[in-house]
Amino acid sequence: MTEGVTLKKYRFDRNQLVIPYLIYLLLFVVMPLLVVIYYGFTDDKGRISFANFAAFFTNSKMMGTLVYSLIIAITVTVICLLLAYPVAYILAKGEYARKHAFLMVFVLPMWINFTLRITALKEILTLLEGNLAYHPFMNTVICMVYDFLPFMIMPLFNSLTKLDQSMIEAGYDLGASFKQVLFKIILPLSVPGIISGVTMVFLPAMTNYVVLDMIYNSTYIMGSLIGSYFNSYDWNNGSIISAILLMLIGLVTIFTDKILSRNENREVRI
Amino acid sequence: MSEAKTIIRLTDVKKTYDGKTYVIEDLSLDINEGEFVTLLGPSGCGKTTILRMIGGFDKPTSGEILLDGSDISALPPNERPVNTVFQKYALFPHLNVYDNIAFGLKLQNLSREETDKKVKEVLELVDLEGFEKRSVTTLSGGQQQRIAIARAVVNEPRVLLLDEPLSALDYKMRKEMQLELKNMHKRLGITFIFVTHDQEEALTMSDKVVVMADGKVQQVGTPEEIYNEPANVFVADFIGESNIFNGVMTGKMKANFAGAEFECVDDYEQGKKIEAVIRPEDVVVVKPGEGQLTGEVTSADFKGTFYITFVQCGQYEMEVHCLDHYKPGTTVGLSVMPDNIHIIPYDMTINNFHGIIDGFVDGKGIYLVFDDFSIFVDAHKLYPFSNVSKGRLVDENGEHIDIHGKEVVAFFQPEDGDMSDDEKAGDVVGRIVSFYYIGDHYSYTIRSDHEIDYVVDDEDLWNQGDKVSVLLPKNRMKYRLV
Repeated sequence: MTEGVTLKKYRFDRNQLVIPYLIYLLLFVVMPLLVVIYYGFTDDKGRISFANFAAFFTNSKMMGTLVYSLIIAITVTVICLLLAYPVAYILAKGEYARKHAFLMVFVLPMWINFTLRITALKEILTLLEGNLAYHPFMNTVICMVYDFLPFMIMPLFNSLTKLDQSMIEAGYDLGASFKQVLFKIILPLSVPGIISGVTMVFLPAMTNYVVLDMIYNSTYIMGSLIGSYFNSYDWNNGSIISAILLMLIGLVTIFTDKILSRNENREVRI
Repeated sequence: MSEAKTIIRLTDVKKTYDGKTYVIEDLSLDINEGEFVTLLGPSGCGKTTILRMIGGFDKPTSGEILLDGSDISALPPNERPVNTVFQKYALFPHLNVYDNIAFGLKLQNLSREETDKKVKEVLELVDLEGFEKRSVTTLSGGQQQRIAIARAVVNEPRVLLLDEPLSALDYKMRKEMQLELKNMHKRLGITFIFVTHDQEEALTMSDKVVVMADGKVQQVGTPEEIYNEPANVFVADFIGESNIFNGVMTGKMKANFAGAEFECVDDYEQGKKIEAVIRPEDVVVVKPGEGQLTGEVTSADFKGTFYITFVQCGQYEMEVHCLDHYKPGTTVGLSVMPDNIHIIPYDMTINNFHGIIDGFVDGKGIYLVFDDFSIFVDAHKLYPFSNVSKGRLVDENGEHIDIHGKEVVAFFQPEDGDMSDDEKAGDVVGRIVSFYYIGDHYSYTIRSDHEIDYVVDDEDLWNQGDKVSVLLPKNRMKYRLV
């Protein structure tokens, strides 16, 4: 309404609001990514080379670490899911007056500094086991489960809270026992929650670095392996491992997104 | 009717969620095999709670629910031969139409062929042949509704429960589904228990209507009985439109109300307080002076097949549904045939408050304590022949009367009570739970925090849920010993 003459030359467009974000994305996402890919596919003299890429898949130590990381990530995810599902179910569907307060208690550890939490857990485990070196796999899993459990509970809780109680009642009404209702109705309908929970635990577990570094200073898992290369100024090998992990995670994400969107389409519209 | 067999019997069922307020109070109800029964009432009257208790989703706090004579109130829903059509259908979104309908059948371990056959049959019943492989989310509301019905009836339940199943459909679709449900009921022959707040729906579909309010059954009867012979003013007001007047019997089958004498067909003793119900379509407009009433038309609104005409007869207002248009300002006569007047004896139990005597104070009177209020009354109101001697209450022989702890009932007429929106102005604070119009004023029921109802007449229009205080007519209240 106030389109004066002065405004004719330069008119503010809402689309221009995107500029700061574009700059941010370019500087802190796209550029580093390109740098990683550049280092990954060049040798120490800066020439383009696939040697690092090939080396990753031929180097048994690296492949072993990848497999080990995968096993740890899968174990952590499965344990988190098994622990979190009943908790989330009871919190979401139980008849407690203060279910959100209960939920907070489960999420409370996240409020405490991460380093403090892991250090404390390390001390407890040392007290129990004497020497942590005897059970590296178990200790790694315990620490990661402890660290990631809230990330599994939250999406499951949300998804189970949204689940219409009349669906569950309809299941009983049609003659199903609790077990049948659980496996035929509740579980399938909470798949979106399971997938986002799994994503939120599996990905960080796969690339985690700090947990193991704090307990063992070890290079058993991918995150630590990358760290060790960078610490010895081997940018090329470190970068190619990062790039390969990135691709793997990208594949997993595309895969889960597909399942998720398929599930969302299935929600009842009234 | 005599051979009808009771399939479901509720005996003295009570339900409370918080241990204080009762959603269902001492409800007893018989439902016969093969009947189409509708539970009708305003929202919050407890009709859905009853359905959920029959379905097994809620357990009665006390009382019994019998199916074929055996108590099922402790059985979980999956062990009851009862299926439910849920209000929002509750179809399983991760299953297609076939798997939704076959859900119950698969749990019974039926053979694949038998399951296929039953699903096919029931899809024919709901007119959705060939929909087996469709995803339930791609169906329209009406189609989802049919699938929900199919999923319930395919299990051949003894009783089918329907929880306001048509409320999410648009008007035309709802009309269509009403007829279809009725036909389905005839074909299947199973007992239908249908919950609705829509009185038209209830009258159209049911063999038997159970009108509910406040967790209590108000009336059970055929749609005709409910409409023509309402058991109380609530039913008369809730079902259809009605003119309600306070009055008194003046002779054999004669009643006086709305400022005139009417002949009627209900016989009550002379002098009895009554309430008269007249349906707007039963009032005939005649020449001034010819009917029982004469009045002036105040408004006439066209409603398609008739005019809603309001006629002011002195202080009383009468709603008339007539085919002709009368201009506002016209003077008309109104005539009502005797058999179109329905007389309801006045409910003498309202505004009866139970309390106890707490003591006697010389100069002030007897101190009475009730749930919501306490009051001093003159000793002669309760003990007409008493005297005071040395500050104590004595009878005519001078003997001390032990009054402490004696039960009393206080009573006042609704027209003597008053109400105010100032909570401090009155004696009792409560919320308006219901009201209806009686000829020239409104009758309000106000419920206090102690769940005691106060009925007060008022000329102004208040809203349901309003917080008001009741001014007790202390000088006009009556008291008696129990």
